[in-house]
Amino acid sequence: MKRQGSLVVRVVKGFGMFWWDFLVGDTPEIFVAVLAIIGIIALLSVSGHFNVAAAIVLPVLGVSTLGASLWRAKRAAGK
Amino acid sequence: MLSVTVSSGVFVLVGAVFLASAVEMIEALTIVFAVGHTRGWRSALEGAGVALVALAALVAAFGPALVHVPLDLLRLIVGSVLLIFGLQWLRKAILRSSGLKAKHDEDEIYRETVAILSAQPTGTDRDRVSFVMAFKGVFLEGLEVVITVLTLGTSANRLGLAVVTAGVAVVFVGVLGIVVAKQLSNVPENAMKMTVGVLLVSYGTFWTGEGLKVRWPGGDTMLVGLVAIYLVITWLYVAWLRSSTPNRMSEVSA
Repeated sequence: MKRQGSLVVRVVKGFGMFWWDFLVGDTPEIFVAVLAIIGIIALLSVSGHFNVAAAIVLPVLGVSTLGASLWRAKRAAGK
Repeated sequence: MLSVTVSSGVFVLVGAVFLASAVEMIEALTIVFAVGHTRGWRSALEGAGVALVALAALVAAFGPALVHVPLDLLRLIVGSVLLIFGLQWLRKAILRSSGLKAKHDEDEIYRETVAILSAQPTGTDRDRVSFVMAFKGVFLEGLEVVITVLTLGTSANRLGLAVVTAGVAVVFVGVLGIVVAKQLSNVPENAMKMTVGVLLVSYGTFWTGEGLKVRWPGGDTMLVGLVAIYLVITWLYVAWLRSSTPNRMSEVSA
């Protein structure tokens, strides 16, 4: 019973670790930024100009996220 | 208009799945070659074969289940995952292209794998070390392909096409690998990764928007527009990093 329990814990832990590595890994700024993008676009949906703004803001935020992450990597390389 | 929409969507889907599968397959094949050359082919091929069956089982198990998730929710989740995953790929490819990160070296992976295996005692007919090494290499690299196939395929309502495309890519790289033996380092892997990154980010942006009920100008055709925008931005970022980094090749983590 105990062995079964530890196997379940190991499988769940492994599954969690896989998704953590996959989504967060060593670029947590990208993960956080994408969550923020979803929040901003969801907030825009409350306002009246949602679709025009969202169609522009979404790609701009994607591009900005990439730029910010590259800038962070560049700074790290310069240290 | 409809044919333009369908063909552009299908083109991006096929391109993304084929290139992502091919890139991961090259990495997996390098490990299988190293195992086969060092310890014998039987266990290496068995390990790779069992891993491919396990990956196919994952697609068969989760593919039909995903169809039951409401489409808007599915597209939001898939879009977010693809956006994160695509930005990570694109970031790495840009850093490699601009010289801030060492290029992925298939020869180095081959040498490292051979060194690890040479240190192990040689097995009998059934070599557990070879089997596990080949299995792990193919399964772990293949998991990324499975996620790409499932997310892209189900959101576009074209899971069958995505699975077939991934299968063709795996066979194509496998045959190519056999023909060129272990010269996989000659494949322009970084350019392929950059293209996949652009396609995944474009799909991710598009479906995150769809999931949040954004009405894209031009409908599905906007996907092609997003690909064009991210391609130009990628080129600009590479140019910016190349021009502003005189001291290249300082290693960046990740």
